[in-house]
Amino acid sequence: MSAITAMDVNVEAKRILAVSISKLYASRTQRGGLRLHRSLLLSLVMRSARDIYHSSRESEAPIAAAPEEPMDTSSRAEEQTQLPEPESEPQPVANGAEAASEVSDSREEESDGETTEDKENVSPTRQSRKRRGKASAAPDFLPSKRARLEPGEERYAAPLGSCRTMAGESLTTLSLNRVIPAF
Amino acid sequence: IAAGSVCAIVCDMQWCFSQVKGAIDDDVAEADIISTVEFNHTGELLATGDKGGRVVIFQQEIENKNYPQLRSEYNVYSTFQSHEPEFDYLKSLEIEEKINKIRWLPQKNAAQFLLSTNDKTIKLWKISERDRRADGYNLKEEDGRYKDPNSITSLRVPVLIPMDLMVEASPRRVFANAHTYHINSVSVNSDHETYLSADDLRINLWNLEITDRSFNIVDIKPANMEELTEVITASEFHPNQCNTFVFSSSKGTIRLCDMRASALCDKHSKLFEEPENPSNRSFFSEIISSISDVKFSHNGQYMMTRDYLSVKIWDLKMENRPVETYQVHEYLRSKLCSLYENDCIFDKFECCWNGNDSVVMTGSYNNFFRMFDREHRRDVTLEASRENSKPLQVLKPRKVCTGGKRKKDEISVDSLDFNKKILHTAWHPLDNIIAVATTNNLYIFQDKLTG
Repeated sequence: MSAITAMDVNVEAKRILAVSISKLYASRTQRGGLRLHRSLLLSLVMRSARDIYHSSRESEAPIAAAPEEPMDTSSRAEEQTQLPEPESEPQPVANGAEAASEVSDSREEESDGETTEDKENVSPTRQSRKRRGKASAAPDFLPSKRARLEPGEERYAAPLGSCRTMAGESLTTLSLNRVIPAF
Repeated sequence: IAAGSVCAIVCDMQWCFSQVKGAIDDDVAEADIISTVEFNHTGELLATGDKGGRVVIFQQEIENKNYPQLRSEYNVYSTFQSHEPEFDYLKSLEIEEKINKIRWLPQKNAAQFLLSTNDKTIKLWKISERDRRADGYNLKEEDGRYKDPNSITSLRVPVLIPMDLMVEASPRRVFANAHTYHINSVSVNSDHETYLSADDLRINLWNLEITDRSFNIVDIKPANMEELTEVITASEFHPNQCNTFVFSSSKGTIRLCDMRASALCDKHSKLFEEPENPSNRSFFSEIISSISDVKFSHNGQYMMTRDYLSVKIWDLKMENRPVETYQVHEYLRSKLCSLYENDCIFDKFECCWNGNDSVVMTGSYNNFFRMFDREHRRDVTLEASRENSKPLQVLKPRKVCTGGKRKKDEISVDSLDFNKKILHTAWHPLDNIIAVATTNNLYIFQDKLTG
């Protein structure tokens, strides 16, 4: 364990987050619907990875600040705008999972405005079904819906590296609790 | 077989191949994947359920003429389609027909009864034999056509004549619409009148005769689903105390509940939990501590839990730690990240006791399965494979090389085939006969000496 640097842990955490998200997305198309147990375990792993990613970034910050700064500030700005508006900002992972399960489950749950709202966002489920082939061919950190909604940010960012950074930042703003949607 | 003599020699037990059931080709049809294996209370019948919703029951035939020492030959007794795929239109969800669990009822009359369940619906099946048919009807010809009434001049009493044995399975009860989440367990109570069914968040108590009502006895669903931290992973009734049951959780805890205490058993009578070893902490600590199976010992004094890497034996009188812990495949601890990526870390292994509770067994990867002798503190790894499937061929113990030089006959961790997993195993309640399910094959092994 001592040989593993903060950087390694950071990279590992990001990788695990990426893997977890693709698993979460894949589970939406599973026969039998979303599995609560599996979704819970995925969200626990994601939370651990997110926490570790955050804490290792903080310890790394003075060293990594220089090259990453431009992207950092942009994504931090994004983070700022996201935090106050968790509802309106489409949080793809949460919404995706939510959408699938809203459709798939808990009709007997209290149906409030939020449910209706999410139901409107559910149509992406149908869209994402069409795009399934693409998604499985080239698994992304960012679900295609998210990419669509923020084309500007992706365009000026340098290719892969920045995507990852932003993925890390934007992921952490997701309330991971909402990965277990209103089942 | 005197129970005492059986286990004097555990790993001196010579397990040998008896039979293998299922298709030989490597191309496994998804519907043929075995999802549950269960002996009945006498061990005469062995039931398997598969992903295609079918149940196949094997019956033990004593005395095989070719191999008189092979007492344990099991042959197909009955095959039926228990569950079909369904669609929940309200939630736009397909309900898989995969049989999650089969549990036999103790036999009360000539027929056999079992409970089989998929994710949402439990069914009580009656399996009965018919070896006679009526002959000599007055109004009907042999072929079933009705006779001309005017041609009948005398009356006779129809007689029952022997016919080829026919085994019929019929669904006697369907217990539906009681589970919002996916059913993971059913367990028949020792009162033989009730049973429980458990899903991720709730446990229901049923009367075997009544299908339109069940009582909710455990509900761990939080008011706000965002606060969900654990789910129910398995549940079982105590073998002789009809008021007691346990349920295990994804957090690695087991709760023992007494139904006499209150109608809703949310407050446990006992909580079994072992403090986590902080040096083992990793991203995946929570996943690997999730309990995949819990089984009471036959004598009702202990229970066994299976988590991803180990088997633990708990004394029901001691809640703060297990009395025994057995490592199933500790060499996987350093591979958890890969196992997470290929989904293997989510595999749910089951475990089982032998008839006198002295040996426990569970499955692993590469078609390996492990037995732990509690009395003699020994363990063995065996393999279920077609290569070792000559009649009465003795199984050679296998060893996984965990580092350093690999000895001859050892297999290195990286060579293990993680697609070949043994999740379901069962031990004959009285004899040393075991049923081990690989992906789509069922292997039956017996102990040469005492089986």
